[in-house]
Amino acid sequence: MRVVHFLNQFFGGLGGEEQAGAGLEVRAGAVGPGKLLEQLLGPDATVITTLICGDNYAVENQDALIDLALGKIRDARADLFVAGPCFLAGRYGMAAGALCAAVQSKLGIAVITAMARENPGADLYREFMYIVDSGENAAKMRVVLMRMVMLAGKLVRKESIGSPRDEGYLARGLIRDQFVERTAGERLVDMVLAKVKGEPFESEMLPTTFAPIPMPPGVKDLKKARLMLITDGGLVPKGNPDKIQGSVATRWGSYSIKDCTDLQGADYEISHGGYDPQFIRQDPDRLVPLDVMRELEKEGAIGELHDEFLSTSGLANPLSNTRRMGREMADKAKRLGIDAVILTST
Amino acid sequence: MQITAALPIAKMVGANRTVLGNGIVHVVGDATVSAEDEKKVRRQLVEKALEALRAEKP
Repeated sequence: MRVVHFLNQFFGGLGGEEQAGAGLEVRAGAVGPGKLLEQLLGPDATVITTLICGDNYAVENQDALIDLALGKIRDARADLFVAGPCFLAGRYGMAAGALCAAVQSKLGIAVITAMARENPGADLYREFMYIVDSGENAAKMRVVLMRMVMLAGKLVRKESIGSPRDEGYLARGLIRDQFVERTAGERLVDMVLAKVKGEPFESEMLPTTFAPIPMPPGVKDLKKARLMLITDGGLVPKGNPDKIQGSVATRWGSYSIKDCTDLQGADYEISHGGYDPQFIRQDPDRLVPLDVMRELEKEGAIGELHDEFLSTSGLANPLSNTRRMGREMADKAKRLGIDAVILTST
Repeated sequence: MQITAALPIAKMVGANRTVLGNGIVHVVGDATVSAEDEKKVRRQLVEKALEALRAEKP
């Protein structure tokens, strides 16, 4: 079995966040966790090529990366393409999913990847491929690789694949016919009774897509409009007074920019573990564009900029937090009579 | 509206007014050019953002 393996800069050994801009590197043989992958796949399998790419480069140059990777995978005459495991790394998961989707559809070979449930790559790609549920803990690497190896073997040998629960992959939203002992009515009543009692139950079908958000009408007259800036890049005043967590943030803050025309790095810090903060530290306007907004306000292009920006960290944040925080921020904006919001994201 | 370098994520969750930012690490900045040019880059992005706010269709 000939295998090509995709890793990000961290697992590929290039370095940490500071190497997130690294372009595609091609190595012969297995690298890092790829060595364990090769071992677990057994004596008949070889990792022919390892593709390593920085997370930022992958997100910002996805099409180019896919083209390059497809070429290398063709050259390797691979039977299997493995990406990750990515755990909770969002950019990595997006890249892994995009590559697997392209390899699957353009080269028709088996693909396997692994991510945590909350990885944005999981939501986007789970319906198109088998994504092993890796959980968030990278210390579980061996167990996760083992599950990937088991599932990959079946895919390469074109054997039938069991349920998500049995094989350990994220539910794909597919519906299968199955003979069972009890009628749907009986199963439903059991679920409702369990729910009412506060006992656990397992739904047979789960929604896997986001509900569409109706688009509010456009701003009629920007010259009269009141605007507000919001960021999920974790920019907070020095000392992080509201103790906004760098990841899985449950809190957001409102920070005064009254009479301020230019954010100074010395006055702020970043509470967000997911990107290299050096550029924002140098100049926070690179994340929250206050200087330009003040110019536009002065010129009359906008009516008024609200004298606070709202901030939290979007890193590894489950929807249960972000949906709530978003609603709270929206409530605040409504109360203040804000006409429009510009959200800047890392 | 949202300015982000990771448009696929924004699209997936249903954001309907988006502008492509200039990279993950400085979404409305540019560390590769002079301060003066960077201001122009930021200004252009914010102006696109304002256009998005006026737009009636995604």
